[in-house]
Parts: sequence; structure tokens; C-alpha cells
Amino acid sequence: MHLDHSPSHSHSHDGPSALSADAHRPDGSRRAIRIGLGGPVGSGKTATVAALCHALRDELSLAVVTNDIYTREDAEFLLREAVLPPERITAVETGACPHTAIRDDISANLEAVEDLEDEVGPLDLILVESGGDNLTATFSKGLVDAQIFVIDVAGGDDIPRKGGPGVTTADLLVVNKTDLAPYVGSDLARMAADAKAQRAELPVVFQSLRDDKGVAAVADWVRGQLAAWTAA
Amino acid sequence: MSRAALLVLADGRFPAGGHAHSGGAEAAVKAGRITGAASLEEFCRGRLHTSGLVSASLAAAAALGLDPVELDEAADARTPSAALRTAARRLGRQMMRAARATWPHPELDAVARLFPKGAHQPVVLGVAARAAGLGADDAAYCSLYESVSGAATATVRLLSLDPFDATGVLARLAPAMDLVARDAVDAARRAVEDGVDALPAGSAPLLEISAEAHAAWAVRLFAS
Repeated sequence: MHLDHSPSHSHSHDGPSALSADAHRPDGSRRAIRIGLGGPVGSGKTATVAALCHALRDELSLAVVTNDIYTREDAEFLLREAVLPPERITAVETGACPHTAIRDDISANLEAVEDLEDEVGPLDLILVESGGDNLTATFSKGLVDAQIFVIDVAGGDDIPRKGGPGVTTADLLVVNKTDLAPYVGSDLARMAADAKAQRAELPVVFQSLRDDKGVAAVADWVRGQLAAWTAA
Repeated sequence: MSRAALLVLADGRFPAGGHAHSGGAEAAVKAGRITGAASLEEFCRGRLHTSGLVSASLAAAAALGLDPVELDEAADARTPSAALRTAARRLGRQMMRAARATWPHPELDAVARLFPKGAHQPVVLGVAARAAGLGADDAAYCSLYESVSGAATATVRLLSLDPFDATGVLARLAPAMDLVARDAVDAARRAVEDGVDALPAGSAPLLEISAEAHAAWAVRLFAS
């Protein structure tokens, strides 16, 4: 390993850029925590990101990276909702495979997060949103420090039981759109029990962005992750 | 040299960003110029003898130790499309990250310092080959193979082309790749004596023009 990407060594200002998940930037300062949001198509990842930006932008310096499949739709939704200034939102193109860009070949996403820190930093938090993908799509540990997997009640209440790397290993599982449960015949108690069986002690949040609490529980979890990151 | 290191560098799964690019195939598919295996083969043959030869000679020259700054300028001069220059630098930056993590080497660090936003990908590929203990031939072959394999895999996704047919196309192009690789390395060796002007400057105008149009599309699967 190179001296210049080991956190235990001092960093020179003219050193070449960071390589991977190094907790420090080339100038020696601690970088922002990176939190990934993944999950199936239409489960509410972008809506959750938008709500998190609303909830956290007054207390934290944050930015967002989106990984769309074939457009800039997610980035444009965030821009239209004006959740953050445009220079704090970057869209990564994934060549039809978001799971490749967040897990197997993370180089474009690493550039996006590093450039955001260089250009609009210092940042406390960068949210990296995956394009909608399958139940096995998880983020590389070289890209994010923690990950949220977002599913929804309308996608079938058997998803927690089916498991898969996203459901079983994500640091936080969010079951979204709980307001729709009565209309689509989803059993929230069963989803909670199945999630508990798959995830043991890992946390699960049931949320509806349409009720008063909205994204509050997820925002609290993010604050906790950031506190732990800052203290580390 | 290590033959196994060559396989690592040439592997399509080497994490250097290539998966998001189609080598012009997406624009050619939309324009109806690639419709199946036969037209994919002709498209790839065209790439081999134009941008493929240029990229391979740049990679070979970098592997021989020519000045990366001069080579990067030579690559700029040989790439009329601004969109393709941007794509080449972005891929160069991604290749640099992967190469530095894989084969730590002071020459890679030096190029990374000179080009924080990326040098042209073939130049970085050539320096990476040096760092991996590979030679000019290896760098040229890696670059050439990439210049057609990226287009072939992208076409599998774009047209739902039978993957066996796409792989057959690559196999049929192998003899042509041998010839172009030899020319690329010969040119790179001349450039050691005569400077970067000795490198080929072949160009495919339609690739350059369609890259500009493609960069402005609102909806696309690939970055270039």
C-alpha cells in the first residue's frame, strides 16, 4: 500500500488523489460520511433522498450522487424539487447496470463523491443513490460507509421473507409507503417479523413519507451514523 | 513480464469504468448502422483501423516510456470531438485509480499528479502496463481489444444480440488485431526516435460526429 493513501500517515497537499474508501482526503482532513441508498425500482429511493435533504440541509453540509439507468431523471427530480442547489447534485451514468457502478466498478462514483467534496465542500454527508435494481444489489464498502435498502409494501409483503443481500445485510432496511398497506393487502406485522428473522439486530424502519413523521426516523438514523463517523 | 498480469489488465471486469461506455455503438445502433453481428463486425473493423490504431500506438508509446504529457497532447490533437476527449480523460482517470490500487508505482503517481482530472485513457493504460511489468505489445493489444470488446458488449445490451454471435465477431477480428497491434508498436518505436509526430493519426469522422450528437441525447444507456 502507498504511504499517501494510508490514514495513519501524514498527507501532503500535492499528493495524488485518494484511491478508495480512505477516511481522509489528500489534504489530511477527514472526508464526509458516504451513505448509499439502494432498492428495487419504484420503492421510493429518490423520494427518501429528497425528504432527507429537506430534513438535514439546515444542520449539515450535504450533497447527492445519483446513479440513473438511462437518463438523468432522478437528478432532475431532485433539482426540480429544489432540495439542494444544483452544484450539490451529480448524476453518474451507469451503462445500463447500476449494480456494476455501485459495487463491481465504483470508479465513476468515487470520482463523483471526491469532486463534490473538492468543489462544494467541506461536506458532512454524501448520499449515493443507486438506480432501481434487484434484491442482490448492494454497495461496495469501497464506496460507502453505510447503506440503506429501501423496499415498499406495494412491491409484495413477501420481500423481507425472500431476503437477499440488500434485505439481509443493509445497515438500515426501510419499508416505505406503509400508507398503502391496506389497499394492496400487505401485512405489516408479517413484514416486520420476517425482517427481524432475516436481520436479527439490524434496524428496520417502517415509513410513509405522506404522514406527519415522514422521513424523521431515517434522518435520526443518519444523524447517528454521522455522529459515530465523526467520533471514530 | 508476467503473462498473468496481462490477463488482469485485459480483463473486461478490470474496474476502470469501461462498462458505462459503448465505443460509439449506441449511436451507431440508433442510426441503423449496427443491426446485427455482421454490421457489428464491420463497425469494429472500422474502429480497429482508425481510433483503435491511434489508441494502441499511444498506449504502446507510453509503455515504452515516452513523455506522458507529450502523448496526452498528441491524443488531444488526434481526437477532434470534444465529447470523445472528455470521455477519454474520464476513462483515463478511472483507469489511473484502478491501476494505482492494483500496481502501485511512482510513474503512475506522477501522472496522477500531473492530470488530476485524467489524462487520455490509452496514455494511462500504457503507463499502467509499465507499472505491471508489461511491454509495448501488451499495452497495444489491451487497448485494441478494448476498442472492439466494449462496442461488442454494448451491442449485446442494446440489440439483445446473441452473446455467442458477439463473441464470434471478436474472434473473427483477432487476425486483424494482430496486424494493427504490430503497426501500432512499430509506430511507437519510431516515436521513441522521431517524437510523437511519428504516431498514426487515423480518424473515423462518423465516430467523431456521432459522438457529439450522442453526448446531447436526453435518454441514453451509455456515457459515450
